[in-house]
Amino acid sequence: MSDPDRRDPEAFLRQATQEGRGRLKIFLGAAPGVGKTYEMLTDGMQRLNSGVDVVVGVVETHGRKETEALLVGHELIQRRSVHHMGHQLGEMDIDAILERRPQLALVDELAHTNAAGSRHPKRYQDVEELLDAGIDVYSTVNIQHVESLNDVVASFTRIRVRETVPDSILEMAEIQVVDIPPDELIERLKDGKVYIPQEATRALSHFFSKSNLTALREMALRRAAQAVDAQMLDYVRAHALAGSFAAGERILVAINELPSAQGLVRAAKRLADALKAPWSAVHIETQRSLAFSQDEREQLADNMALASRLGATTATIPAPSVTDGLRHYVEDARATQIVIGKSVRSWWFEKRHGSIVDRLVREIGDVAVHVLPGEDSTQSKKAGGQSLAQGWGKPADYLWSSLMIVAMTVIGRVLVEVIALGNIALLYLIPVMFAAATFGLRAGLFSGLLSSLAYNFFFLPPTGTLTVNNPENVISILVLLGVAVVTSQFAARVRAQANLAQSSARQNAALAGFSRQLTASASREELMQAICAEVSRLLSVRTVLLLPSRDGPQLRAALPPEDRLDQIEKAAAQWAMDNEQPAGRGSSTLTASDWLFHPLRTTRGVLGVLGLAREDAGQPLRSDQIPLLMSLLDQASIAFDRMALEEEMLDARQIGERDRLRSALLSSVSHDLRTPLTTIISGMQELQRQHPSELVTAVYAEAQRLNRFVANLLDMARVEAGALPLKVEPTDLFDAVAGAVHDTRQSLQGHEVQVDILPDIPLVRVDPTLLHHCLINLLDNAGRYADPGTPVIVRGRRLPDGITLSVLDEGPGIPTGSEARVFDTFTRLEGSDRVKHGTGLGLAIVKGFAEAMGLTVSASNNQAPFGACFTITIPQSLIISQLPHEDIL
Amino acid sequence: MKVRHKVLIVDDEPHIRKLIHAALTRADYATVEAENAREALEKLKEERPDISLLDLGLPDRDGLELVPLFKQQSDTTLIIVSARDATDQKVAALDLGADDYLTKPFDTDELLARVRVALRNRMTKDGGVSMVRAGDVEIDLINRIVVKSGKEVHLTPKEYAVLAQLAKFPGRVITHEQIMAHVWPGEKEHHVEYLRVLVRTLRQKLEADPQRPRIIGNELGIGYRLRFNVEGETEEFATGSA
Repeated sequence: MSDPDRRDPEAFLRQATQEGRGRLKIFLGAAPGVGKTYEMLTDGMQRLNSGVDVVVGVVETHGRKETEALLVGHELIQRRSVHHMGHQLGEMDIDAILERRPQLALVDELAHTNAAGSRHPKRYQDVEELLDAGIDVYSTVNIQHVESLNDVVASFTRIRVRETVPDSILEMAEIQVVDIPPDELIERLKDGKVYIPQEATRALSHFFSKSNLTALREMALRRAAQAVDAQMLDYVRAHALAGSFAAGERILVAINELPSAQGLVRAAKRLADALKAPWSAVHIETQRSLAFSQDEREQLADNMALASRLGATTATIPAPSVTDGLRHYVEDARATQIVIGKSVRSWWFEKRHGSIVDRLVREIGDVAVHVLPGEDSTQSKKAGGQSLAQGWGKPADYLWSSLMIVAMTVIGRVLVEVIALGNIALLYLIPVMFAAATFGLRAGLFSGLLSSLAYNFFFLPPTGTLTVNNPENVISILVLLGVAVVTSQFAARVRAQANLAQSSARQNAALAGFSRQLTASASREELMQAICAEVSRLLSVRTVLLLPSRDGPQLRAALPPEDRLDQIEKAAAQWAMDNEQPAGRGSSTLTASDWLFHPLRTTRGVLGVLGLAREDAGQPLRSDQIPLLMSLLDQASIAFDRMALEEEMLDARQIGERDRLRSALLSSVSHDLRTPLTTIISGMQELQRQHPSELVTAVYAEAQRLNRFVANLLDMARVEAGALPLKVEPTDLFDAVAGAVHDTRQSLQGHEVQVDILPDIPLVRVDPTLLHHCLINLLDNAGRYADPGTPVIVRGRRLPDGITLSVLDEGPGIPTGSEARVFDTFTRLEGSDRVKHGTGLGLAIVKGFAEAMGLTVSASNNQAPFGACFTITIPQSLIISQLPHEDIL
Repeated sequence: MKVRHKVLIVDDEPHIRKLIHAALTRADYATVEAENAREALEKLKEERPDISLLDLGLPDRDGLELVPLFKQQSDTTLIIVSARDATDQKVAALDLGADDYLTKPFDTDELLARVRVALRNRMTKDGGVSMVRAGDVEIDLINRIVVKSGKEVHLTPKEYAVLAQLAKFPGRVITHEQIMAHVWPGEKEHHVEYLRVLVRTLRQKLEADPQRPRIIGNELGIGYRLRFNVEGETEEFATGSA
């Protein structure tokens, strides 16, 4: 995955330009008064307290007491005063900040427009200059000031703000949402805690309606999520992590509701594999899609599931026509090759509507189009028949149309005395247009035909017959029919668009409601219940939520409450978890299950699976519900992620607390064990001198041993607690070795210690105490295992890339194969029947201490004379070479 | 009548006080005991001890705070007696004016040796030492001459500065900072590595086996100590801190 060719150069560039540049953090709020400035100042104060050089560039407190209180302790940069149209204005003094060169500057209200005559017209440009100078900046902005959202916000708040911040600024910033619930904000507004300029009071009171605030809050949260996504994506691309896209080919396959589409999917997969390219499957949802039968929907869902299972990203795009949809998707996804099926429509249909293939090739430049033959035309005929039947509409439609025509005929008979005959024909336009607009094309044509017959029979001379004398009247009849056709076409199109718009509006509303529900959940359990309840409500299905556990998927929430799942369901859930793909009914895997399981994917892998089923054990999802489900799953995953992050933060605090306790415990144990030992050891020594005896000597030796064990246990506890505090200083290895040899003289009794270190061995940067303990343990170990009377050698050698310090003994050596294992906790050398005294901790401590200092340890056997050889390697980076000897001496 | 030197033992553990008391009595010293900081300061005033043995872990006050108080309020020679892992604390205590330190658990002979050294340094005071013998090396601090086995050894001025600093207080630990402040006076930032290089060249000139130094002893993470001859015998001190 680290193939450098796969790095996205643009993303890499974006990252690179950020190095050496200041970092921007934006406190994003939904509306004024949420406490952005407060949050920024609090955060800034924390940084100040942790030693960062922080100044306040500009902060608008608007006289809020609690905000003003937070300014105390901050260094404020004096504002530059500017005269503008008779007013005295204070603008941020960017030169003063640049000259002061803080590490971090707090700059309130990013969207602010500077007074005329300032260096930059906009404050965000000032901020960019600060960032360029390598100064970090904290700033605040409200969501309605974000350029791309400005219109949207204005459309529902009816207030357009002139001061906007480009999205590019937000994209390079870390975004922190300052969020309070709308009710609370309204409360604050009522309490006068929100600053509103006098002249804008009336306009703003509309702005602060609950519905507006809710929508704004939603937008702020979404924008922040989007920024996080984008930054994550940049990171992934810059580092070419798994799932990043290749700069080269990108395949798109167009899927329809026919079984033959599966062939296309497989072909696309093969192509993608061959080109090592990512691929997507897309279904373009046109008016036609609304008329799909249940079977067709299921087939479409199957096709999509297959694509997704084979590794494609899938999407359903609503569009006026297939070509339009594909064209847009190709542009968005930057696809380079398209796979589509050859149309199974008749040559006549293609003559009339034009072939999709032809239009695609014509309209989409620069893209290779693969056309594969379609099969299984019987399926399509059946489908065609069905959609025709639906188009005929209900009998009631025709009855209503007929009744209206009868009514018009009666009215016409009354009016025929007063108005001209030609105008009577206009009366019939009313039922025709009504029928066409309301009931569709066929009812409209029916009305047109019936109207012309009625007009002909009742009004055109000779009345009472269907013959037409005057050719002019033929035109009237044709007009009626023509109007019916045109009106019904327009009406049908409008209706279809309205249906689509309505369903997408419903979907958006559902999503918004869903994320609100999830945000409200305080605990993981509540969140899981909320997900089940909401998905169940929105898709009218039964839902279960399973999380992975050691005994397979575990049911954690369900609606309606469900206490058990069958073996087959569990298997499907497990599969979905393991493969990160949907499984169960309606997918392409383990379809015997009544449930359909979708994985909840997050940046940190699969969290769990959501199961869906219908009461009647039917297909859990229609294809048009899949996009909604996907969005719901995304939202649910984000909510889970958020909760996991919160828990992690809590954990981190708890770990800190635990470490503090542990070290307190260690030092108290150390004190409690050491104090009596000190008395015993010193006392035994004294006793040995005054009343020497073997018993006293033995007790003294044991007490020494106990002392060493305690020391080792404490050392090990320190190693395992991690993060050993190091006190690194330039160290002479002669000193280190001499000290260790001196301190182990008792355990090395009967062995001559030979120090063989080159006289000009350089100094090294280590923690002398830790190195001392390493050497003591190695020498102790040698003393335990070396054959009596044999020498123990400490050897120091300069290698091209470091220094090795070895302790060699003559003894049984290390059993072959356990060279690495000897450093494990509580491992003792086996393979020899001479079990030696020792805690089994010594070598583990050597390894732990050495690694904490950046050294490595290894064990091997020396051949002549045979024995164990333990080596500590000091890397080149820790060696002090090139000292100016002349200057020193 | 021989004057018995008085030693103040400050430790909160009665057993340790008892042990030190027994060892000191054996060597014919008079002892005074205190179990906390308050009592220690009182006894310091009343008893005017020659030597004070101070444990850093006291129940009522950080022993480190007592170090400057001891030096201000009396002319006692202060030896720190504390548990091992506290290298930082030892250096801090020495830099605050303590004269020596001893690590727990300690050998009572070692303790007595330290007390003897402290007393000798007390009698000669700063600069009072004119000639120090260490192994077969003689250091003449007045004429600034170093002789090894009867032959003069040529030292660079900086080498001599290091050696002289150690020889002024033979047997006592001198911290890196204390040495460097004399060798490189006026320099704000000191480089321990330079000192290490100087000590290495000194050892090559003075030691019989530079790989196993016996004259200039290293105190892990703290400083150096000169091992010197008393009445023909070399005082043997433990190296290292464990």
